[in-house]
Amino acid sequence: MAVKKFMYINRKAPYGTVYALESLEVVLIAAAFEQAVSVAFLDDGVYQLLQGQQPQAVGMKNFSATFRALGDYDVRHIYVEQESLQARGLCAADLMPLTYEDEADDYQEKSSIHLVSRQALTALIAEHDVVLSF
Amino acid sequence: MKYIVMVNEGPYQHQAADTALQFVRAALAKGHTMVRVFFYHDGVNNGTALATPPKDDRQLQRAWSELAAQHALDLVICVAAAQRRGIADDKEAKRHHLAAANLAPGFRIAGLGQLIAGCIEADRTLVFGD
Repeated sequence: MAVKKFMYINRKAPYGTVYALESLEVVLIAAAFEQAVSVAFLDDGVYQLLQGQQPQAVGMKNFSATFRALGDYDVRHIYVEQESLQARGLCAADLMPLTYEDEADDYQEKSSIHLVSRQALTALIAEHDVVLSF
Repeated sequence: MKYIVMVNEGPYQHQAADTALQFVRAALAKGHTMVRVFFYHDGVNNGTALATPPKDDRQLQRAWSELAAQHALDLVICVAAAQRRGIADDKEAKRHHLAAANLAPGFRIAGLGQLIAGCIEADRTLVFGD
């Protein structure tokens, strides 16, 4: 089976609507298909990766820990749009550390998060065969 | 051209449900192949058999069922999204001891793997959402 390049684009805040949670469910299921996977966060989607989420107070389950499992599912390309972070007064240090083990480099833990400009992200989207936006 | 269409919004709530239906109709009329239509998020509500919209309005759920019958369309409702929103076929209704099933004719309930497999098979993936 041919391998396609899949990109999942997340543009919505983690709570308030169900898009973020159900998007993550797609990414995890899709991992079993052994396709090349990238996940991008832009607009309010960057809030999905914030550290220290406490949504229990509004009756929501905190699913943010599930993002940390992405490395185990071979999801190593997580792109966060710089302009979206800046517009919301956020920086890389506000985000959860997301890592994967690089088997080509003695299983060193490496960061999966790549900050990219809007222009660079545009080019990345164009490189992918399948783009699913949430 | 082989297409897969993903419908992420509910009928009457959001234009995306109408636009998806119109696109699928137009693509089929032009002779294109529809690998699958996959309903996710509130899009699963397009597959209820229990909607009774006003008679002078468009009949979205029925339109999908009719299109499926005419073109042997594969209309797939995501099982996890359907369970959250109360869309069930006979099997799901039995499995979860529900009072009734409500899946409209021409639809089937299946897993997210059907979306990914369809994206791999199709030449183009189109997402209709917010």
